[in-house]
Amino acid sequence: MRILIVGGGMGGTILANNLARRLTGELKSGKARITMLSASERHMYQPGLLYLAVGRMTPDELYRDQASLLEPGIAFHVDPVEDFQLDKNCVRTKSGKTHEYDVMVIATGSRMHPEGVPGLAENAETFYTEESALKMFKRLQAFQGGKVVICVGVPHKCPMAPLEITFMLHDYFKDRGMANKVQLHYTYPIGRVHSLENVAKWAAPEMDRLGIKYETFFNIKEVDGANKILRSEEGVDIPYDLLVTIPSHKGMEVVEKCGLGQNGWVPTDRTRLNMEGRSNVFVCGDTTNLPISKAGSTAHFEADVIGENIAAMVKVGTTVREYDGKVFCFIEAGKDRATYAMFNYENPPDPKEPTRAVHWFKMAYNKLYWVSARGLL
Amino acid sequence: MAERKIVDGRGSFCPGPLMELIAALKTVEVGDELEVLSTDKGSANDIPEWVNKVGHEYLSTREENGVWYIVVRRKK
Repeated sequence: MRILIVGGGMGGTILANNLARRLTGELKSGKARITMLSASERHMYQPGLLYLAVGRMTPDELYRDQASLLEPGIAFHVDPVEDFQLDKNCVRTKSGKTHEYDVMVIATGSRMHPEGVPGLAENAETFYTEESALKMFKRLQAFQGGKVVICVGVPHKCPMAPLEITFMLHDYFKDRGMANKVQLHYTYPIGRVHSLENVAKWAAPEMDRLGIKYETFFNIKEVDGANKILRSEEGVDIPYDLLVTIPSHKGMEVVEKCGLGQNGWVPTDRTRLNMEGRSNVFVCGDTTNLPISKAGSTAHFEADVIGENIAAMVKVGTTVREYDGKVFCFIEAGKDRATYAMFNYENPPDPKEPTRAVHWFKMAYNKLYWVSARGLL
Repeated sequence: MAERKIVDGRGSFCPGPLMELIAALKTVEVGDELEVLSTDKGSANDIPEWVNKVGHEYLSTREENGVWYIVVRRKK
């Protein structure tokens, strides 16, 4: 069986390694073959960008060579897909090569799209790329005080990012002795400060305690950069001195261009994780259109299920497991405390009070990630 | 004729049905309808509240076997 994995991010990498371990014998005998196509020779630990933006990590800590993370037996090519030809069970790459498959997994991820809101890209700081996170940190360093407004687009990658950057900014300015010179103003698209009700119940009093203002039912309409005003669809204007955004996201351009899904999100069966109407095409991570968090843990848990199922398809001709919607997210509550949220399609999360212990576990996970990507954790 | 698109937010705690609706509204034309499916009874209140606040049109809500079907129309 020819297994093609498109995308070398967290989901694709964990899946490839998971499969290579399950199919060691089949890879040796030639009964199975795993090929990965990626746009980059480097693998980025994307959650590290949050820390980069507040000067708590440096870029070199975010990267490993992709090839070094992969099990032997996986054919890895830095050659991004430019055309998906699902009816022919093949893809065409940037170099002009054609790769045929029996089973394909699309794990191409997502990208920020601040350009969708007038004035946002030009006037707001963000941290979803190395370049933007470093730019934001330098802007923070130069900031001498005023009103910092956080605004949130929909949909966005990492549902905890709006809260985390807000609490981390609070501690950043406090450490600089600027607590009295900076007013943080958090905004959020729905009627509470986070989509998870139990997280909102924890975060709102925490913001009250720290003196962070918040405005709910606030969806970004436009940014008037000349007058430094953020405007919402709901008709509220908020002046700012420094604007930080968690911008809306889209799936990758090639997915949309090839007609696989509107805005680059591929219609996906919520338990089998196959592309709707295609039993031999699976979708992993941010690329799905599922109503669950676009987060690394989602990609990880989906990859576990897809790996077990594809291996079973090779060995017994059928899938054996269903995805239950499992997500696990750490929530940094500042520079030295954290909590977490774990939930699935049936069970909501119940986050506990933030502790130093969970924060240090998150710090450890920032290093352990590379073991996770190898499919060992 | 206006289209009706389904937004399947069943089992969605995060981002949740309302966030799914907000994202989906950007992908349809003015005049089109969206039917949100939600297993969270809170959606029956917070979706109409937001839709009215932002200036879209709330059309109807019905509940069937623990699933709420909430229909709205994009107005702007």
